[in-house]
Order: sequence, then C-alpha cells, then structure tokens
Amino acid sequence: MGKRGQTGPRKDVSIVLCGEAGQGVQTVEFLLTRMLKLAGHHVFATKEYMSRIRGGANSTTIRVANCRVSAYVERVDILIPLSKGAVEHVARRISSKTVVLGERAVIGNPLVLETCRFFDIDFTRIATEAGNKIYSNTVAMGALAGLLGIDVDHLTGYVRHYFAGKAASVIEDNARAAEAGCRLACGLDLPKELRLGAAGDPQVKGEIVVNGSEAVGMGALAGGCNYVCSYPMSPSTPVLTFLAQHGRDFGIIVEQVEDEIAAINMAIGAWYAGARALVTTSGGGFALMAEGLSLSGMLETPVVVHVGQRPGPATGLPTRTEQGDLQFILNAGHGEFPRIILTPGTLEDGFYLTQKAFNLADKYQVPVFILTDQYYIDSYYNIPGLDLGKVTVEKHIVETAEDYRRYASAAEDGISPRGVPGYGEGLVVVDSDEHDEEGHITEDPDLRVQMVDKRLAKGDALGEEVIPPELIGPQDYTNLVICWGSTYHPVKEALERLGRDDTAMLHYRQVYPLHESTVDLLSAADRTIIVEGNATGQFANMISLYAGIDIDEGILKYNGLPFSVEETASHLNDSLSKDGD
Amino acid sequence: MEAKAFDMGPIDMAWCPGCGNFPILKTLKEVLAELDLDATQVVMVSGIGQAAKTPHYVKTNVFNGLHGRALPPATAIKACNPRLTVIAESGDGDMYGEGGNHFIHTIRRNPDITNIVHNNMVYGLTKGQASPTSPAGFKTQVQPGGVFAEPFNPLAVAIALDAGFVARANAQDREQTKELMKKAITHKGYALLDIFQPCVTYNKINTYQWFKEHTYYLDESHDPHNRMQAFEKAIQKDPLPLGVFYLNPHKTTFEDNTAVFQQDDRPLHEREVDFEKLHDLIRNFESGA
Repeated sequence: MGKRGQTGPRKDVSIVLCGEAGQGVQTVEFLLTRMLKLAGHHVFATKEYMSRIRGGANSTTIRVANCRVSAYVERVDILIPLSKGAVEHVARRISSKTVVLGERAVIGNPLVLETCRFFDIDFTRIATEAGNKIYSNTVAMGALAGLLGIDVDHLTGYVRHYFAGKAASVIEDNARAAEAGCRLACGLDLPKELRLGAAGDPQVKGEIVVNGSEAVGMGALAGGCNYVCSYPMSPSTPVLTFLAQHGRDFGIIVEQVEDEIAAINMAIGAWYAGARALVTTSGGGFALMAEGLSLSGMLETPVVVHVGQRPGPATGLPTRTEQGDLQFILNAGHGEFPRIILTPGTLEDGFYLTQKAFNLADKYQVPVFILTDQYYIDSYYNIPGLDLGKVTVEKHIVETAEDYRRYASAAEDGISPRGVPGYGEGLVVVDSDEHDEEGHITEDPDLRVQMVDKRLAKGDALGEEVIPPELIGPQDYTNLVICWGSTYHPVKEALERLGRDDTAMLHYRQVYPLHESTVDLLSAADRTIIVEGNATGQFANMISLYAGIDIDEGILKYNGLPFSVEETASHLNDSLSKDGD
Repeated sequence: MEAKAFDMGPIDMAWCPGCGNFPILKTLKEVLAELDLDATQVVMVSGIGQAAKTPHYVKTNVFNGLHGRALPPATAIKACNPRLTVIAESGDGDMYGEGGNHFIHTIRRNPDITNIVHNNMVYGLTKGQASPTSPAGFKTQVQPGGVFAEPFNPLAVAIALDAGFVARANAQDREQTKELMKKAITHKGYALLDIFQPCVTYNKINTYQWFKEHTYYLDESHDPHNRMQAFEKAIQKDPLPLGVFYLNPHKTTFEDNTAVFQQDDRPLHEREVDFEKLHDLIRNFESGA
C-alpha cells in the first residue's frame, strides 16, 4: 500500500455529502473541492438545502473529473451520509452501483443499504482517536481523498493550509484525522469501475474555483460598483455578503437597509450622486422594488439589480431554484420605459456580464438586470481565470455647465448627457413627475410626448448592442434546443451525451431585448425545443411575442430542483426520437 | 448672499393662495442665502405631495422621487458625496405615513442630512383625507366619523430613537423658524425639523390662528441635552411646545461609519476601480483559503 490511493478508469466521479444543516457539510465541500482542484482534478459542486438553520437534510453534490465538469448530475457514485435520514433524503438518486461510506448508526432504515454497496466506517471513532470527535467530517474528507487516489501529503498539506491561523492542535488534529480517513479508504476494496483516473491537466492547479455569487460579486467590483444596499433574501444574499466582506478594501458603501423599497430608492439616489450602485434580491424582494424600478425609468437614473430567482409565488420554496421570474422582471414597473435583462449561463458570464451591466446602465441611463437563480448562485467549478484585461469601466458622467438641463433634447438615441450634483456649474434636477428638459414638473401634452419618445428612443439605441445568443453544435442543425441563464451547462452536457449531429443548442445570455438573429436562427430549424426552469415556458412566450415564432416543445421543470444532465438528456432524447410532423 | 440667488423666477406654483408652504419656502431661501451656501452644492430631496414640490421652487439640485421615499436617496446622495448639503423636505403624509419605515431607520442610520417636514395634519394633494398626524376626531370624507387612530408623534419617535437634533417650528413665525432651520442644517448628523403648516383649503381646525393660540416656545428652562425632559415636552399636547427639543452632539454619522471617506475625501464619482487589488482577490480563489 503506497501513499497514493487507488486509481482507475473513471473520468468523472460523483460524490454526495448529506447531513443536517449546521453539521459542516459546506466545510467539507469547500475543503474537498479546493484540495482536489489543487491536485489537478476538475471539480464541480452544487448544493441543495432546506430553509432552516439546524437539522433537516442538506446535500452537496461534488463531481471530480479529468475533463471539465460544470453541471449537476443525479447519479451518485459515492455517498457520505453524515446524519440520520441522509440516505433516505437522497434515496431516489442511489443505485446498486452507489458506494455508501459511513457509520451504521446514522442509517435509519437498514433496508436502504440493500440497494447499494455499504462500507461501515466509524468516522466518529477515528476522529476521536485523532484528537476530537468533532473532526469526523475531516475524516470523511480524508476517506474521499483516499478513494479518489489523492496523495496523502497533498491532502494533509491542504488541510494545514486551510486551518492555518488556528491553534496548533486544531491544525494537527485535523491533519491527523484526514490522514487516518485517507489511509483507511485506501485499504477499502473500492470497485474498480468507480476509481478515478490520475489527474491529467497540470494547468488545472493554477485555475480558480468560484461560485455564481462570487462571479457576480467580482463582476460588480470590476464594474466599479461602489454602493450596495439590500435586504437579505435567499438565495441572493451571498452577493451582498461577498461585497460586504470586500467593501472596505474596495471603497464600497454597503448598507443592509430596512426593506427592499429603501434598497432600490437608495441605489437610485446613489447613482444620481455619481456612484455605481447595486441591489441584490430575489423575486419577492424585487416585487417590493417595482415602483422604484419605474422611478429609475422616469428619472433616467441608472440602476443595476441582481435578482437570484427562487420558486414562487409568494414565499414559495425559499432555498430552491427556478427560472420563474423572467416575465415579472420583463414587465415590472408601471409605465413604459426600456430595460436590459442579462442572464448568465457560465461563471465567466456572471463576471463579465455583471461588469458590463454597470457600463450599460451608465451609458443608456436605464435599469439593468442580472437574472440568476439559486442553482447558479450556489454552484461552483474551476475556470481558467477572469481576464481583467478584457474589461474597462466606461463612465458616462459629464461636468455640467451653468445652463445645464438634465433632459436636454437629445440626439436620436434619446440619451441626454448625465450630470451629477456638485460636479460643474449646473444644477441637476430629476423628477418622478413628467418633467421638462430642466427636470421640473410639467403637464404639457407636447412635452409629455417628447419625453416618452426620448425615453423609448434609448430602448431602440440599446437594442443595437444586444449580446447575440451562443450557438453550440452543428451549423446545419435540424433541431434547435433553446435555453437561457443557468441551464447552459446541463443542456450543453446533455447534448454532448446524445452526440447528435442534427441538433444544436442556442443559449441566451441576454434575453431582453431579444437579439434580432432569433428569427433566422429559429426559422432554420425544423424542430425547436426550449428548456426552462418554470411551468409556463416564459422565455418561449417572449420569443413568440418578440420574434413571432412559436417554439414546438418545452422541457419544463419547476419542482424546485435544478435540471440534471441525465434528465435533460433523457427528455431531449425522447423529444428528438419522436417523428417530426 | 441674497435669498433671490435661490429664486426660480416667474414660475407657476401649485400651492393654494395663503398656503402655509409659502412662508416656509421664503424662510428656506433666506436660510440658504444666510448660510452662504452654493446652490450647486445643495441637493433638495423630496417625495410626493404639495410640500414635496418645494424643491422645484428653490434654485438648487433636485431629486423629487417617489411618495414616501425621500430619505433613502437623500441618505445615499450625502454618503456618495459628503461635500453636498442635503435637505430632505416633504409633508407629514409623505414622511410619517408612506415613508414611516424609512423615517425610523434613517434616524437610526444618522446621515448628515436635514429633514424638514411640513406638518399640516391633513392630506392636501389627494384632497382632504386624514394624515398620520391628524388629531383624533378630525372629520373628512374618508373619515366621516372622525379620526380615531392615535396621531403619529414624530418628535417623540425621533427622541426615542436618539435622533441628534429634534425641533419643531411654526411656519408663520418666520424669524424663529429661520433660526431653527439654520441650526438644523448646520447640525452634523440627521436633524428633524417638523414645521406646523396651516392648510387653508382642507384643515379648518389647525389654522394660522389655531397654531398661534395653541403653541409656545421652549425657554432656557428646557435642557435639550436632557432626553427625558425632551420626551416629556414631545408628548405635551396643549399647548404644543416649539423650539429645539433634543440635541445629541455625540453621534457618528452614516458617512463616517462607512469608513469609505477615512483615507480619501473624494466623492465616489471621482474614484476608479483598484484593478491590482481585484487581480489579487481573483488569484486568492486559486487556493481558496
């Protein structure tokens, strides 16, 4: 038995950790994924959790692979149950090939074990021997490392790095616990077909592991965001937390406000004064912002809003995922005014699109949305990096002259130069009432028409720089699978599995305004299928409205859980195998 | 500087002849002039209502936002550029009714802004319904049996929240109001100036005469640094005291608490992203600890 564990033929192993809220599942997830990535493996992780602080059953799915993995799979190769009820919680995903590694004491119903391969490992006893029973999660992590063939020195090295700064005993006990778990797992007779091949790509070690909220948060930093005001709401809160953590370093004012109404009005005030403000919320919180959104439209004061979707209506499933707020975001706010809706699919999108959102908002003086969801926010994987050379902060503020008029008759694009108070000799007057060019209240019907036309002209102008959808697959497709936002990777991997040369995927990272190529791209297909995380096909309806094309079929999911690669592939296969008419 | 520096010239004004807003507007323009403020460095923020139109009648920067929502943007404007003088001015319905939650939390936040509230105890622009400060028994078309809810007491609430400056004025007493307004604007931190303002159209009870007869000014015997005493005065009903009720000069402002201006006094719009720092942050995600 050498230092290395067992290696084998597998390119991709799926691990599930399941325990009660507050049991440290997230810590194991964090440690394991970073440690594996530093060992040269590609990693992906996503979590599903209940709306509670302690107890219940939460799980994390981790994929370790020798090729890029960026989507959720239902299959469980290795399950580590950390609490009673854990096995039952993920029972639907277990097969006869699943290896369960854990203490017999946490298995509530022993019958479950008959459907899988169970290895009874007393994590608690091993942890106690290493120093303290609270390190049982570290033992579990060590055991997984051993099963995946990780070098024990790499493992203990990373554990020491992670706990650096803690008491020496904490560091050493954890290292010992991890090592004990690792050595024990190396001695297990793991089925050969589950053993992961040796890590192949040395470049992976230098890549970064981020999740959706971090990608959006860093995009905000790169976009010059310097004011954040929000009310905490799952699943969007991690963006607020991230920016609060880095607020001092980057000179950001971060304020947790009394309600979402304050948040959006405060953000608009901040933009008015020349800052670049972000609000982050979810559907229910955004509902309270609808009037403020309309204010942004009327004042022509920019604002950037991140909405992390979760299933509604009302409180819905607070910690689950859905793409159910697209129509709401599209139509929110009374009156008529332009807006932009960006829908990141990849983690890189989260960064570059959020960065761009600030430039777009500033340029067109409109609200810009970054529309994500719980699955996107809580999923992470390794990516090569984020290229700061590709981004610039484009400021559109002007120094005012004495005769400055905020809403001066603009060029065809409807954009009047935006001044800010205190910068220049002029006065900056903005009003939520209909206003004249100076910004003062008016009820003049001609001025009203002039101002409406001016605001809507901006919508035409911003329509000129819509991000085109990404076409993946054969250019001469007969079937086209359409998706937007976080379904990018599940659909992409599902289609790769199906390997059909007649089917392409079209992903929208900006859903509104709808890119003009939509008509041609969709018309070129004999059959169009849309994949959406909602019950009514909201984007399909948008396409019908704005492109005049009715999508043939919808694969819709709205049970609160993300699309898995398997089910997406299976549904697509069913649809594609059917005879066309 | 003369008050006419803040005049808008011949404009159409939406207030009724004899409205109590006129003396407040006149006083405000005199105060801005006497404090020698540069109009380009002053931002008037308001919500919706007749009082909320005040910023349109003063030659300064203006943010006339949504009903009830003047305080959050006012807080942000000051925080993004502390060099500006920010005055949030609106009516009792706007500040105490629709915006009640913001009123409470803005006091807690303590931005260095002045909150002037025209308190006429009635809704004017929506034509005569009760306001949060309407007295019990006040009859309107919507409250035909008279108001039975306890009137909102802004001063008592502000003192309970330890607001740094809490005062009440009577619009028609121009000289006293002017002094109170100056104190409020020069106070560092959140300052509440509630001003009794007769509504000549919809409030036939709280008239110019009524306010004259039912108010008195606090004298030297009142110690505004004594919070208990201030609270006692705030809940006094008839006659109603005027003047500075409460002062707490030992509070840190919202802007100062944010720490963004500790090393750098430039307003946010003059700043650039520190891409080097961001580069380092991104690299931290290589090892993740």
